[in-house]
Amino acid sequence: MWSGTPLFPESASTMASRVDSLYFFLLALSTFFSLLIAGLIVFYAVKYRRRAADSVGSQIQGGLVLELTWTIVPLLITMVIFVWGASVFFAMSRPPDETINIYVVGKQWMWKFQHLDGQREINELHVPVGRPVKLIMTSEDVIHDVFVPAFRIKADVVPGRYTHLWFQSTKPGRYRLFCAEYCGTKHSGMIGQVVVMDPSEYQTWLSGGASEGSLASAGAKLFQDLACNTCHRPDAQGRGPVLEGLFGKTVTLQNGETLTVDEAYVRESILQPAAKIASGFQPIMPTFQGLVTEEQLLELIEYVKSLHELPQVQPR
Amino acid sequence: MATVILPPRHYLNDGYGIASWLFTRDHKRIALLYLAGVTFFFFIGGAFAVLIRLELATPAGDLVSDETYNKLFTMHGVMMVFFFLIPAIPAVLGNFLVPIMIGAKDLAFPRLNLASWYIYMVGATFTTYAIVTGGLDTGWTFYTPFSTVSSTSQVIPAALGIFVTGFSSILTGLNFIVTMHRMRAPGMTWFRMPLFLWSTYATSLIMVLGTPVLAITILLVAVERVFRFGFFDPTLGGDPVLFQHLFWFYSHPAVYIMVLPAMGVISELVAAFCRKPVFGYSFVAFASVGIAVLGFLVWGHHMFVAGQSVYAALVFSILSFLVAIPSAVKVFNWTATMYKGSISWDTPMLYAIGFIGLFTIGGLTGLFLASVGLDVHVTDTYFIVAHFHYIMVGGTIMGYLGGLHYWWPKISGRLYNETLARISAGIIFIGFNLTFFPQFIVGYLGMPRRYHAYPPEFQVLNVLSSAGASILGVGYLIPMIYLMWSLRYGRLAGSNPWGAVGLEWTTTSPPPTENFAETPVVTWEAYDYGAPVEGHVA
Repeated sequence: MWSGTPLFPESASTMASRVDSLYFFLLALSTFFSLLIAGLIVFYAVKYRRRAADSVGSQIQGGLVLELTWTIVPLLITMVIFVWGASVFFAMSRPPDETINIYVVGKQWMWKFQHLDGQREINELHVPVGRPVKLIMTSEDVIHDVFVPAFRIKADVVPGRYTHLWFQSTKPGRYRLFCAEYCGTKHSGMIGQVVVMDPSEYQTWLSGGASEGSLASAGAKLFQDLACNTCHRPDAQGRGPVLEGLFGKTVTLQNGETLTVDEAYVRESILQPAAKIASGFQPIMPTFQGLVTEEQLLELIEYVKSLHELPQVQPR
Repeated sequence: MATVILPPRHYLNDGYGIASWLFTRDHKRIALLYLAGVTFFFFIGGAFAVLIRLELATPAGDLVSDETYNKLFTMHGVMMVFFFLIPAIPAVLGNFLVPIMIGAKDLAFPRLNLASWYIYMVGATFTTYAIVTGGLDTGWTFYTPFSTVSSTSQVIPAALGIFVTGFSSILTGLNFIVTMHRMRAPGMTWFRMPLFLWSTYATSLIMVLGTPVLAITILLVAVERVFRFGFFDPTLGGDPVLFQHLFWFYSHPAVYIMVLPAMGVISELVAAFCRKPVFGYSFVAFASVGIAVLGFLVWGHHMFVAGQSVYAALVFSILSFLVAIPSAVKVFNWTATMYKGSISWDTPMLYAIGFIGLFTIGGLTGLFLASVGLDVHVTDTYFIVAHFHYIMVGGTIMGYLGGLHYWWPKISGRLYNETLARISAGIIFIGFNLTFFPQFIVGYLGMPRRYHAYPPEFQVLNVLSSAGASILGVGYLIPMIYLMWSLRYGRLAGSNPWGAVGLEWTTTSPPPTENFAETPVVTWEAYDYGAPVEGHVA
């Protein structure tokens, strides 16, 4: 019966061992204190059991030294854990500069993955071993959550914004992917697999799909179809800002604030153009809310990114 | 030893008939009305838990449909949290004990106290209506935009029920605060009060300050759902994560509404059954207040993976570690109280020992969750489920049952069957651990919570958990039976069956309606066992 029952999860990412070390430290600490308390309670309960019906305990009121000891010692221990946990979290939150970016769209109740080269997958995600992968995620409906236990990572997938998750797998294999935020009737069916492949196999896999061309090229076509190009012209003669080289740059808004052009800003500018107008432009762009899907938004974003002068992946 | 007789006049024979109960202003009778209410909803919530565990005995979703399963865990959570755990100790034991422990005749506002019970019942009726007319499938957390846009279940009546019940909580808290400030007997200084009152006071503060936020949040959910005002739904310009901030701003402190009173009960039990003052009285008292204050500042630790900023996460992480310290201080103080005590192994003490052990595990696993980098892996898995059940079931329910057994002779005037009571305490302890300990393991393995079906490699641990739940269920039924039985057939308790100190043990069992023949004058400190104990009949 126990043969198919693991008691500890598989470790398949660079983050796994760091999380596990902290886990084992806390496990040892908890075991020590649980046994200490349980041992003392049982020992006292037996040693000082009531022997006569009217006996009373020794009238001890307290002791300052003990109180300070068991306030300060736990405080110090927890601060150690805090720093340790924070350092692990920093590593989780900061992807390396060079990542393979993959877009994720969650919807009730499936996962859609879009690779930059144009491959689309549902409930299955192919990645190469040993390369950092960044997921840029959003939801079409309610909050979902990408959770890969073998990688020890998890992040909510929130409608209306982009959240990020990154990992670097350490060994080829198939790993379970769960939706970890309750999302309705078939929540427990919103599961998939991460397929980690050797680089050469991955290349073969990559060249197998993508008949529709890259994400950016799909975005370019959409850019024409939606007539975005009538206003956003590369020659600065249009009524809208020039998009070439814009992604990752800092722009000044009409109200004087500045922001960095990232996925969230491009998305917002398509859906709610009037929300943050770049200085020097009129709020004349119509909204595209309801006209473009989450996936088409990602194609457009990727197109805008591809208009960058420097052929590199931006950290945000 | 004199023969124990029932006092000729007491609160239970002061009027018979349904009207004497439904229009009573006696805090003790209102406590019993609450006892009936919370017991009923505990068993309803428990029935949902049984069905959940039955479904999870096999990996496939084969017993009930996914839709039904989602409703089961939602309604289990709603019933247990809002209609059992939050009112249980304050509204039953607190109602009964606060006036007696300070030597008062009643709470400051007896009519308001009765109104609180009616408000609670009205709220419960709304929620029950939601259950019988199709149920609720949002999870007890009502996360948006699922609850406002996507769910087709009975969100509005259920939310309304929780909204209404909140006012019962607010009024009860207010009543306790005013009573403790204004109605203490001569000589009953703050630092002579039993520690149960300190923790009840701290709890009342949270009830009064936190519950309005929940009320507003629930109202916003209803307004967005009905009128499509955009608060949380991004397609209407709202922010779904805003809901989580508002919800947890109440619902994390609500965890302390549930567990602080239980801590107060444990302080009473440990003192009474060791016949010793609680070690470090003032540290335990201030720990309660410290928990209540810090408890308001840690809500963000429920949202470490919800996309809040890294620095916000770190602030909530460190504050969450800080709130663990006063809890640890309490555990150490209870343990130290046992040193050189005169420790009896009566049923309430068994519950107290169980509480300390289980709460220790619950608290220590909280450290796993407070450390952000580790929380990312275990949040939203069964690790969380196990952790909060160690606090809520292992903590609050053990404390509640311990307190109920301790004060039952005072409430009813009679003793229950001690052997049966000890056996069922043991059954509950074993059943509890078998139910929830495997969930830590399956959680770290990665089994997400709220899953109707799950991968087969998780089955063995789930079967253990389901087996434990059936033992636990039996453990909860036995006290129900022998306590009812004792009402009629139990031996008479006398005023002080445990040989405990405290004003409640100086009056008759059951107490007269006005609690004391004459207002007591307190000249001694809390837990003063230095003088020989009188009135012990066991």
